[in-house]
Amino acid sequence: MTGIIELAYLVAASLFIIGLKRLAAPVTARQGNFLSAVGMLIAIVATLFDRQILSFQWIVVGGVIGSALGLWMARAVKMTAMPQMVGILNGFGGGASQLVGAAVWHQLSQPGTVLPLNTAVSIYTCTLIGAVTFSGSIVAAGKLQEVISGRPVIFRFQHLINLILLLSGAAMGTYLLISPGHPGVFIAMNVIALAVGVLIVIPIGGADMPVVICLLNSYSGLAAATTGFVISNHGLIISGALVGASGIILAQIMCRAMNRSFANVLFGGFGAQVVPVGDDRGLAARGVRETTAEDAAVLLSYARSVVVAPGYGLAVSQAQYQVRELADLLEKRGVAVKYAIHPVAGRMPGHMNVLLAEADVPYPQLLDMDQINPEFDRTDAVLVIGANDVVNPAARNSPTSPIYGMPILDVDKARYIIVLKRSMNPGFAGIENELFYNEKTVMLFGDARKSLTRLIDEVKKV
Amino acid sequence: MSEGLVILLVIFVLAMFVGFEVITKVPTTLHTPLMSGSNAISGITIIGSMVVAGMGATTLATIFGVIAVAFAMINVVGGYVVTDRMLQMFKRKPESEQ
Repeated sequence: MTGIIELAYLVAASLFIIGLKRLAAPVTARQGNFLSAVGMLIAIVATLFDRQILSFQWIVVGGVIGSALGLWMARAVKMTAMPQMVGILNGFGGGASQLVGAAVWHQLSQPGTVLPLNTAVSIYTCTLIGAVTFSGSIVAAGKLQEVISGRPVIFRFQHLINLILLLSGAAMGTYLLISPGHPGVFIAMNVIALAVGVLIVIPIGGADMPVVICLLNSYSGLAAATTGFVISNHGLIISGALVGASGIILAQIMCRAMNRSFANVLFGGFGAQVVPVGDDRGLAARGVRETTAEDAAVLLSYARSVVVAPGYGLAVSQAQYQVRELADLLEKRGVAVKYAIHPVAGRMPGHMNVLLAEADVPYPQLLDMDQINPEFDRTDAVLVIGANDVVNPAARNSPTSPIYGMPILDVDKARYIIVLKRSMNPGFAGIENELFYNEKTVMLFGDARKSLTRLIDEVKKV
Repeated sequence: MSEGLVILLVIFVLAMFVGFEVITKVPTTLHTPLMSGSNAISGITIIGSMVVAGMGATTLATIFGVIAVAFAMINVVGGYVVTDRMLQMFKRKPESEQ
C-alpha cells in the first residue's frame, strides 16, 4: 500500500509540473490549473489510505471548514484585491506548515526521548519558515488592504533587533537539540519566528510589495518542502520546491524591473521619506498645466495612436471597465489603442494584466515595457492612469534620484501626455515626478474612475 | 547525515531546477495566476496536516492538526478557484478581437 501511495504522490507532482508548463500560454493555462487541481485531489485521496491515519473525523471537520472558507474567499474577492488575496493564502499555507511542525514536535518529544538529529532539524526549520511566512503574509496583506500603513515603518536599531532575534532563535534551536523536551523554549522559538515575520515586512513600502509577495510565496513553498522533510514525504518536497523556485524567479524579475537588489528592497526602507529630485524647487516653480475633460477628450479623439499606461491608481479606483469603454470609443473613431504594462505596475506581478483582462481587454493589446518603449516616439498621446514611479524620467536623467537606473516606460517621448491623478502627492517611492512638469504634459486631477467617466462622456460628444 | 536525508535533499534540489525551468517560460501576462496557482500547490502541506490530524496523537497535536488541515484547505481550494476565475478571463480573449 505504501508503495502505491508513494506512486500516487509522484503522479500528483507530475501533474503539478505539467500544470505549470501549461500556464505558459493563455489558451492552455486554464486547463493547466485544472490538471494541477486534479493532482492535488489525487494526493489528498492517496493520503487517506496512509496507515498512520487512524481516524478521519477530525480530518473531515478541518477539511470541510477550510474548503468552505477557501471557496467563499475565492468567489468574493475582487480582482483589484488580488495581491492581498495571494498574501493571505500564502499565510495560511505557512501557518499550516508551522502547525504540522509544532504538532509533530509535541507528539515526539515526550520526556526522556531524544529526537534523531535529522528529524529535529527538519521540525525546527519547518516550524520556523512556516511561522515567518504566516505572520509576514498577514502583515503584507494588511498593508495592501491598508489596514496597516502602506508606508515603510522604520525605527532605530531595526536591523540589530532582527539580528538579535534571529541569533536567539538559533540558540534556542541548538539548546533544544542538546536537551530536548522543553515546551517553553519551543514556544519561545515560535514566538520569535512570528515576530521576525512581522519585522521583516513592516519596513517595506507599498511599491516594493510585489517583491515581498513573491518572496512570501517562495517561503510558503519552502515551508511545504520542509514539512516533507519532517514526515519524509517525496511528494511534499517536490511540490514545495516547485513553488519555492517560482517565488524566487518572480521576485528576481521584480527586482530587475526596479534595478534594485534583494537586499536593497528588503533592508532599504525605500520610500520612508519624501526625497526631492535635485532641482525640486525649480520643478515646483514651473508649475503643472491642468486640463479639463473636454480638452483631453478632443486630444484623444483626434490622435492616431494612444497608449494607456496604467498603475496602482487604476486598481485603487477600480477603473478597469471605464478604461476599456474609453478605448472602445476611441477605436471606433479609428484611434489605435495599446496598453503599456510596466513589470512592477500595481502591487504584484501581472496585477495590471489581470485587471484589464477582467474588463475584457484583448491581451495582444497589452505590451511589455520592452515591446512598447520603441513605439512611444510614434505615439500621439499617452494616457497615464494612476502610475507614477514607473513613468518618472528621473530614472533616466537624474543620477541623484533613488530610482535612477530603474527601467521605465518612456512615455515622455510621446507627443502629448495626459496624466490622470488624484492629487500632486508623490507616489509610494515618495519621489517628485518631473514628467508632470514637462511642457508636453497636461494633468487631469480627480479619482481615476470619475475622470475616465467624464472623458467617456466628452469623447461621445466630440 | 543519514542516507534517507541525502535522498530527500537530492529530490529537493532537482525539483527546484525543474521549477526554475518551467516557471521562466510563463509570460508576464500570466504572472498573477501563476502566483495564485503555485500558491495552491504549496497547499500540499495538506498531506502532512491530514496525517497529524488523524494519527491519534496527543490532544494538543490533534488540535494543531485540525487547524492545519483547515488552513491548508483554504490555501488549496481558495488558490485553485481564484486562479480558475482569473484564467477564465484570459481564455476568451483571442477570438473576441482581430
